Amino acid sequence: MHEVQPEPVPVAQKAKRGRAIVITSGKGGVGKTTTTANLGHALAARGCSVALIDADVGLRNLDIVLGLESRVKHNLLDVLDGTVELDDAIVRDKHNASLVLLAASQTREKDEVDTEKMKALVERMREQYDYVIIDCPAGIEGGFKNAVVGADEAIVVCTPEVSAVRDVDRVVGLLGNKFRPQLIVNRLRPALVKKGKMLSVEDVNAILRLPLLGVIGDEPEIIVTTNRGEPIALRKDGATAAAYHAIAAKIAGEDVAAPTVEIKASGFFGRLGAMFGGAK
Amino acid sequence: MIEFFRKLFAPTNSSQTAKERLRLVLMTDHLSLAPEMIEQMKRDFIDVIAKYVEVDRDKIEINFEQQDKALAMLANVPILAVNRNGGGNNGDGGKKTEEPKTVEAVAAATTAPLPRRKRRKKSPPATVAPSNASPAPAG
Amino acid sequence: MSGRRIVVTSGKGGVGKTTTTANLGATLAKRGHRVILIDADIGLRNLDLVLGLEKRIVFDVVEVAEGRCQLRQALIKDKRFGELLSILPAAQTRDKDAITEEQFAGIVKQAAEISDYVFIDCPAGIEAGFRNAVAGADEAIVVTTPEVSAIRDADRVIGKVAEKNIPIRLIVNRLRPEMVRTGDMLSVEDVCEILSAELIGVIPDDEEVIDTTNRGEPIVLDEANKLRVVYDKIARRLEGELVPFTNFDNQGFFGRLLGVLKAG
Repeated sequence: MHEVQPEPVPVAQKAKRGRAIVITSGKGGVGKTTTTANLGHALAARGCSVALIDADVGLRNLDIVLGLESRVKHNLLDVLDGTVELDDAIVRDKHNASLVLLAASQTREKDEVDTEKMKALVERMREQYDYVIIDCPAGIEGGFKNAVVGADEAIVVCTPEVSAVRDVDRVVGLLGNKFRPQLIVNRLRPALVKKGKMLSVEDVNAILRLPLLGVIGDEPEIIVTTNRGEPIALRKDGATAAAYHAIAAKIAGEDVAAPTVEIKASGFFGRLGAMFGGAK
Repeated sequence: MIEFFRKLFAPTNSSQTAKERLRLVLMTDHLSLAPEMIEQMKRDFIDVIAKYVEVDRDKIEINFEQQDKALAMLANVPILAVNRNGGGNNGDGGKKTEEPKTVEAVAAATTAPLPRRKRRKKSPPATVAPSNASPAPAG
Repeated sequence: MSGRRIVVTSGKGGVGKTTTTANLGATLAKRGHRVILIDADIGLRNLDLVLGLEKRIVFDVVEVAEGRCQLRQALIKDKRFGELLSILPAAQTRDKDAITEEQFAGIVKQAAEISDYVFIDCPAGIEAGFRNAVAGADEAIVVTTPEVSAIRDADRVIGKVAEKNIPIRLIVNRLRPEMVRTGDMLSVEDVCEILSAELIGVIPDDEEVIDTTNRGEPIVLDEANKLRVVYDKIARRLEGELVPFTNFDNQGFFGRLLGVLKAG
C-alpha cells in the first residue's frame, strides 16, 4: 500500500480568493453598519483591498455612514440586473482608495434581489478583493437571507441587552452549520455593568457561547462621526478606533490580546484627558 | 491633541454638517422614489422650453446630480431651431439648421444658492428678415 | 365604539419602538384605558421580554390567525395593571410570511373591539413584517433618534405610511441635550424640520432604560424614574390634551435634574 500524494497545485493557477464576511445580528441598531464601515477602514489601513456591500435594500445607510452618499450613482440591484457594470457601480472611499462600496438601492425592495445572482456577485468580487464584507439588514426576512448567501464567514454584533441577546441567539441558529460566527459585543458600558445595571460580556456569552472577536465600548463620539460621515477607525487615537483595529488584526490572523473595555473616567478631566491622547 | 484644536476651530459643528447632508440625501431619495413626478416635470419643462426653441424631444436628457453641497438638475436639450416669434408659437419658416445644436441648461434645485450659468447659444441668433426675403441656403 | 389602532414603527432598528410601545401602553393603562399591545415581530419577538411576561406565553398571534385558539386565549394580562393591559405575543419560531396582511388586520380589528387602544409593535425594516404591522392600523407613531441613519429611515417609513392616509406622529427618542448644546447632535427642531411630521414626544436618553427592560419593569411603575413624566405627557397628548414640551435645549429644570443625578 502506498500513500496517495495530493496533486501539487501549480502556484500560477491558484486563483485569488478573498474572504467574504457577513455582519449580522437580527436586532436592529446594535452597530452592524457602523462595524462594517469601521472594520472596512481598519482592514484597508492594513493594506488589504476591501469591498463593502450594503445589503439593506430600501433602507440603505452604509453610504451615509462612510460619507459617500453624494458619490453613489448606481447600486447593487443595477449590477444584479445587469444594467450597470460592477466597476461603474462601486464607489471608491474618500480617505482610502483600497476601500470600495457597493451601495444598496434606496428605491427597490429586498424581494427584488435574486439570491443566486447575489451569490455569484459575491463570488466574483472575492476574486478582486482581499475582503468582501456584507452589511446585513436587521431582521431575518429576505434581506437577511440574501446578505448571508454569498458569505462563508459571519460576525454577529450584539449589545449587552436582553432583546439583542435573544435576537442574536435566534440568528445564530438560522445561520446554521455553514457558519461558525464570531461575536462582537458593542456599546458596552463598564460603569453600568459594575452597578449591575447592564449585562457583562460574560453574561452575554454565557448564553451565546461564541468565540469572542472584540468588545467595543459605548462611545457618544460615534454619533459625531456619523454626523460627519467620517468613521471613527480613521482616527489615530481613542479606545473605539483601537478596538476596531484590534478586531481587524484578529480577523487577519494576528494573535491579539483578549478584548477588554476599561471604565473611562467621566467628567471634565476625563474628557480633557481623552482629547489629549487617551484616558485610562 | 490635533482633535482638540480641530474641535476648537471647526468651521461647522457636526450637527450642522449632519443636517446639510441629510437634506441633500433625502432630496435625492425622494427624487428616486417619484419617477412619475419627474416624468411629469420633464414634460412640463420641455413644454415651456419648446415655446422659445424647437427641440428634439426624443433626445432630451434630464438628470439630477449631487454637486458638492447642492443638488442640481442638469438638462441637455438638443435644439433644432429658434422660434422667430419666441414665446408664442412655433413660428413658420423658422430657419432649420442641418444638425441640432445643443444648449446646456443648468437649473438648480437646491437650498444653497448656486451660481447660475447663463445659457450658451452655440448658433448665432436668428435674424428677423423682412417679410419676403427667402432664407439663404445653408452651406 | 372601537378602540384606536396605532402602529409604532421606525424603519431603523434599535431606536426604541418596543420600549416605547411597552411604556406608552403601560402608561395609558395606568391612566385607566384598556390597552392591548400586539408584537408584530414574528421570529424576533421582544415585547414580552421587555414587559417581563415571557414566561407566560401560551399562544401567539400566528396561532390566532390560524384559528388554533381564540384571541382572548392568546392575550396575556399583565397583572400589575389589573385588567387593563394585555399583550398578544409574536411567534418566535415562525417566519413573517406565516401570516398575511389581511389576517393581521383582522386580528387588530378584533383587538380594537375589546379595548380603547391597540398598539402594534412593528419590526425594523419595510418588508413583509412592516406591511403586516401597518395593515390594521389607523394611526401611526414613528420613532426616531436624532441620528443620521435613523432619520433617513424614518423619512422612508413616513413616506410609505403616508400612502395609507393615516395620521402620523413623531417621537424623538434618546435625545442628549448636552450633545445638542455642543452641536454634536441634531436638535429636536432639526429633526422635525427634516421630517415634517407632527411631534408627539421627546424622550431623553437615559441609561436606566436598559435596566428596566432587563428586569421587565415598565417605567410607569417606578415612581423614582424620571422618564415617567415624559411617557405621561405623551399619553396625555395621545388622549388629545395640549401638553407643552419640556425645553431640553436650555439649562432649565431638566438639565439641572440630569446634572444632579449624574453626579450622584
